[in-house]
Amino acid sequence: MTTFWFIVIAFLWTGYFVLEGFDFGVGALLPLLSRSEADRRQVLGTIGPVWDGNEVWLITAIGAMFAAFPAWYSGLLSGFYLAVFLVIAGLIVRGVGLEWRGKVHSRREIALCDAGIVVGSVLPAFLWGAIFGNLLFGTAPATVLGGALSLSVAVLHGAVFVALKTTGGVRARARRAALLAAVGALPMAIATLPSVPGRGPAWTLGTALLAASALAAGVTLVWGRREGWAFTATATAIAATTATVFGVLWTAPLPGLTLAEAASAPYTLTVLTWIGLFALPGVIAYQAWTYWVFRKRLTAGVH
Amino acid sequence: MDALDLARWQFGVTTVYHFLFVPLTIGLGVYVAGLQTAWHLTGKEHYLRLTKFFGKLFLINFAMGVVTGIVQEFQFGMNWSEYSTFVGDVFGAPLALEALLAFFLESTFLGLWIFGWDRLPRRIHLACLWAAVIGSNLSAYFILAANAWMKHPVGYEVVDGRARMTDLWAVLTNSTALAQVPHVVAASFVVAGGFVIAVAGYRILRERGLAVRPGRRNAPAVQDATVPMRRLPDMWRTSLRAALVMTAIAGAVVAGSGDLSGQLLREQQPMKLAAAEGLRHDTAGAPFSIAPGVEVPGLLSLLAAHDPGATVQGVDDIQARYEKAFGPADYIPNLPVVFWSFRVMIGFGMATVGLSVLGLWLTRRRRRGGTAKPVPGWFARLCVLALPLPAVAIISGWLLSEIGRQPWTVQGELMTAASVSPGVSLGEVAITLAVFTVLYGVLAVAEGVLLVRHVKAGPEVPPIESAPAGAAPARPDDARLTPTLMY
Ligand code: HDD
Ligand code: HEM
Ligand code: HEM
Repeated sequence: MTTFWFIVIAFLWTGYFVLEGFDFGVGALLPLLSRSEADRRQVLGTIGPVWDGNEVWLITAIGAMFAAFPAWYSGLLSGFYLAVFLVIAGLIVRGVGLEWRGKVHSRREIALCDAGIVVGSVLPAFLWGAIFGNLLFGTAPATVLGGALSLSVAVLHGAVFVALKTTGGVRARARRAALLAAVGALPMAIATLPSVPGRGPAWTLGTALLAASALAAGVTLVWGRREGWAFTATATAIAATTATVFGVLWTAPLPGLTLAEAASAPYTLTVLTWIGLFALPGVIAYQAWTYWVFRKRLTAGVH
Repeated sequence: MDALDLARWQFGVTTVYHFLFVPLTIGLGVYVAGLQTAWHLTGKEHYLRLTKFFGKLFLINFAMGVVTGIVQEFQFGMNWSEYSTFVGDVFGAPLALEALLAFFLESTFLGLWIFGWDRLPRRIHLACLWAAVIGSNLSAYFILAANAWMKHPVGYEVVDGRARMTDLWAVLTNSTALAQVPHVVAASFVVAGGFVIAVAGYRILRERGLAVRPGRRNAPAVQDATVPMRRLPDMWRTSLRAALVMTAIAGAVVAGSGDLSGQLLREQQPMKLAAAEGLRHDTAGAPFSIAPGVEVPGLLSLLAAHDPGATVQGVDDIQARYEKAFGPADYIPNLPVVFWSFRVMIGFGMATVGLSVLGLWLTRRRRRGGTAKPVPGWFARLCVLALPLPAVAIISGWLLSEIGRQPWTVQGELMTAASVSPGVSLGEVAITLAVFTVLYGVLAVAEGVLLVRHVKAGPEVPPIESAPAGAAPARPDDARLTPTLMY
């Protein structure tokens, strides 16, 4: 049961990083991909209908940790107090920026919303990587590298997503941005990922290699204008990275804490399992339907 | 000042703030869904206009509910790690269920609603809004079940210093929760109803060229950007009456469930009940003070036990009993705060309900001829009060409930002082408290400005297409359908 719930939580985090990863990338790239207000609307239109649903993956991951591993939940959040606080502050300004942008009037207010979106995308994208980097290695360089890696991968992921969902000038700029982001992301991934599995079970070596090669494949596919496949590749890279990280955390989710110590009683885990088994497929189904409804590429002006 | 005090302030500030927006989301969502349903069924254009107008206000407010809710989800772990470790087994379960069953539903389908005006068949588009609204109300249920558990813990046992859940069903059907859920949800409808009443009253005054405050003059209605309203003279009256009905019905539910809560207090949280009256000693036929010094004999007993002669325990006597049961400590909450918040909750909240009943009477249809009475100008001015009154009432209710629970976080099991994160320093809490307060202050002003601006501007002027109910789904890329609710 404990192992099963650990996998569920790893799955929820994976969903979060894959989905919110491109939201962050899109937000961070907003000023770089747009020449005009119409462009900016086109860029933001790609995530408009879905970002809030994506964010709930985080809320669910956190809620599930609270229920299934209370000591892990409270240790992680109180341990990384200020970093977590900055993540939340970022999510706040990003959220109101996205929601209010279409409801304000002056250019200045729109610019403020945009600033909120950019800051609120860059901060969490960097900090999640930093938090997990620190959790795995506990050193300052690993913290910074983890942050830089997660930020650059999110930017790459987001750029690929925009390229996939738009047409015209925005699409062209998004392709270029993706290739530029890859220049940062690839070397860092190759430098970092192989050192992670040293601490975890043997299979994490496999997922780490998968992550690095999916990232490389993604870059090649963008180059070849196969954006759909490129997006699949970057999503796979993020999923495999998350799997690697959680593979290592499996032995010790926090320094000095084991999963068994952190876990709730078997009764709680059992009832949650039954409910999750019914609810999660439903959630995935209707979220998938959302992406289907909004599957069309956005052209400037109409979205 | 130590980290505990600041953590308590932080919890109070962020939670009260979250709860400023939440009631409006809960109630206004249902109101907007009702409007859209009316449009769907009748095809009348003014329902569509109202849907879009209140829909926009709803979304401005919704954004704040979401971002402040995220803080809530994290801060149990950040500031209250001892608490979280102690209760996670029980308390975490409803929170996880809330995210899984309610928040996903709400956020996903709201995204579909906002962006789906021209992409989804009408029926499905409407269903999306209802799904989102159901999500909001479900979320209230789960979080209130969690909160009720802290007041009246059930379905658990304490093993090795941690609460272990033994019965999820008992947690979800806690008697306290079953009283609290209707009370809070209905109170939320009073808040949202009051909001609509105030907005409609304001629009009526404005479009008739009347001033909101007597003695002043507004610009005549002709200069208003919403002249097309003349074609739809009944629009604000319709929305006002719908809100009056909603508020009056919700008011009855609030009073009924509040009465039930009072009776549960007598059994489960006698200290809170005693504090709400400032009753010092166990008293048979306990009085209720409408204000200090103005006592109605037997009323508190009547409220708490439906028997004017029943005994209600007093603060000092409970203190003595608790010392015997739990050891020496101060078990008495902040009496003036609890006393006044109880009165403000009932007084301000029921005043709003009274206003709605009065309004229904004033705007009733004449028996013969069937013409509607116009809304009197003085009543439209009074309507503006319906915005602040229930908002203050609902917050006061929470102050009563949460401050009245002190010094316990979990009644009889865990004290607040033992709940706080040991590893978090005073400085850290101070920084986050300061930043949250400033950030929240700025955002509150921004939200206020946005809401006022949209209320002043009124509904969209450009013609909105209005097809009869059951018409073929709109084609995408239809130029007439410039969606007004999109980014
Ligand atoms: C518009 C708001 C509003 C109105 C008009 C009322 N209440 Fe209330 N009340 C709330 C809004 C509220 C609340 C904010 O929603 C609370 C806080 C916690 C809770 O469960 O509901 C609350 C709590 C609360 C509690 C404490 C429950 C507890 O802590 O366990 C009691 C005993 C009552 N109420 C009783 C009443 C009575 C007898 C009312 C009038 C007839 C009444 N309330 C009107
Ligand atoms: C279901 C939701 C809620 C839960 C689980 C909850 C739980 C808590 C917890 C853990 C604390 C901190 C420890 C303490 O000081 O007792 C607290 C205190 C407090 N809460 Fe609640 N609360 C909830 C809802 C609310 C709401 C909606 C409000 C107000 C709008 C509110 C107002 C307060 C205040 C003012 C305090 C500080 C009391 C004090 O420390 O003196 N709470 N609550
Ligand atoms: C202190 C405990 C609380 C926690 C941990 C909490 C958590 C959250 C979170 C994470 C969100 C954002 C969801 C999203 O992204 O869509 C949210 C919004 C919401 N919360 Fe709270 N909340 C608390 C108190 C309350 C209370 C007391 C109520 C109702 C009685 C409530 C009702 C809602 C509703 C209806 C929403 C969705 C509507 C909106 O976002 O405005 N919450 N809450």
